[in-house]
Amino acid sequence: METRRVVLRFPKQLIDQPITSQLVKNFDLEFNIMRADITEESEGLLVLGLTGKRASLEKGLAWAREQGVHVQPLSKDVVRIERKCTHCGACINVCPTTALTIDLETREVGYNSNRCIACELCVPACPYGAMHIAF
Amino acid sequence: MPKTYAEINERIRTGKVVVVTAEEMIDIVEEEGVKKAAERVDVVTTGTFGPMCSTGAVLNIGHTTPRMKISKAWLNGVPAYGGLAAVDLYIGATEAREDDPLNTPHPGEFRYGGGHVIEGLIAGEDVRLTAQAYGTDCYPRKKLDTWINLKDLNQAYLCNPRNCYQNYGVAVNVNTERDIYTYMGVVKKDLGSASYCSAGQLSPLLNDPYYRTVGIGTRIFLAGTQGMVFWEGTQHCPTTPRGENGVPKGGAGTLAVVGDLKRMSDRFFRGVSFLGYGCSSAVGIGIPIPILDEDMARYTAVKDSEIFAPITDYSYNYGHNEGKPLGLVSYAELKTGSIKVKGRDIPTNPLSSYKKAQEIATLLKDWIASGNFTLQEPIQMLPQADSGLKFKSLRERPVNGGAM
Ligand code: SF4
Ligand code: SF4
Repeated sequence: METRRVVLRFPKQLIDQPITSQLVKNFDLEFNIMRADITEESEGLLVLGLTGKRASLEKGLAWAREQGVHVQPLSKDVVRIERKCTHCGACINVCPTTALTIDLETREVGYNSNRCIACELCVPACPYGAMHIAF
Repeated sequence: MPKTYAEINERIRTGKVVVVTAEEMIDIVEEEGVKKAAERVDVVTTGTFGPMCSTGAVLNIGHTTPRMKISKAWLNGVPAYGGLAAVDLYIGATEAREDDPLNTPHPGEFRYGGGHVIEGLIAGEDVRLTAQAYGTDCYPRKKLDTWINLKDLNQAYLCNPRNCYQNYGVAVNVNTERDIYTYMGVVKKDLGSASYCSAGQLSPLLNDPYYRTVGIGTRIFLAGTQGMVFWEGTQHCPTTPRGENGVPKGGAGTLAVVGDLKRMSDRFFRGVSFLGYGCSSAVGIGIPIPILDEDMARYTAVKDSEIFAPITDYSYNYGHNEGKPLGLVSYAELKTGSIKVKGRDIPTNPLSSYKKAQEIATLLKDWIASGNFTLQEPIQMLPQADSGLKFKSLRERPVNGGAM
């Protein structure tokens, strides 16, 4: 048995589908929800710890991908190196959880690590190398 | 009563100058009117900080022993141009490190390039220089591998052929299948995001739309020190259609700028990497605009709601030089975080740092108020709106009927 932490992103057309329960039933997996959210674009977001046999995990996740779910491993902590951040805002549109937001008054970009699900999308998207993965 | 540069500089020297930022000027003109504002305010400071390609540095490394006429050179693995003279090098911001896989696989990450080399030099880091030469009687040496440091170089100056674009387009992606990776950052598929890149109301050339005070010789804030405009920038296009307030509705004027690298600060010069696109640099520029007359007071009071940018599809139209913009949008709308395109609400994301632009305009204001920065009247004007100068695409004349 092993556990994998994964970020599942559901496009609009999938948010009312019973994908997670099918993962449990058809692939003999257990899950622990770490975070769940429907974003403003009405895309679903689910951060799960999935436990099961390695082969079942792989089959299950491959099946979820086939259904159109975007699957990403959740592995490391993401930090912002403050001295490198220019508060440009280039990162905000890639962040699926509004962990990165721009203050419309001060034009400062805030980073709320509590909302971060470590999907790592902002890391290559920040032109200044300010978002960093801490090992 | 119009003012002259000499009068304004005299006020700077005697500590009497009234200098405000372009943001503050908006309120002053709103409260006091153009006429009073023109009488009272002497200088308006502007600022911008964002990715600016067409940036590079000239470095004279000093002669080696024995002497060497460098023909090929690399700085931390990034190719530098050695075809200027024996030991003069030019390093360009968009040059990628030679071992970079570039866009294979796509989208490539481009973590290090010429802009990062320049940032490292400014930050005082040692940079590894490797060089080759073919050897001559007067320059016998053929190989070099050494550390260099900015403080030991003879001359080191930024020399940027095109910075400070007057206005710019807004990038969207109409392709429904895939996100695109551009110099405007990641632009999400199916009109999923809109990228823009200008400080709007704080941006230098939007506060002097007809280049009445910004020309060759104008002293500016460049990456933390005093620099200068040395020519019109490449792709300078003063004939872009303008609104009634004179502000161009898209990319128009540009500046070629120069300044001493040794005096710059890495707070205002940064190497940047765009996923799937490549490397470049972000440059901080601030320009003081003298309020010579009421027109200049009016121009410098321009605000975000009066500056419009064209929305362009970067998934096809931009790359293929085709199609028309999908509409115009004001910076006030862009800054709300969402704009309407084809009836849909699209989240916007900026590339230019407004916070840094404010910092630059304020710093420049402090320099002027404390008497450390005087204004330089242009020694030659830039090509103007009536010059007929247009931005031309290449008219290809294929050789051998285009057979490759
Ligand atoms: S893209 Fe990078 S530099 Fe810009 S606001 Fe985000 S973290 Fe900061
Ligand atoms: S890793 Fe970056 S993009 Fe992903 S949730 Fe955290 S802050 Fe947002």
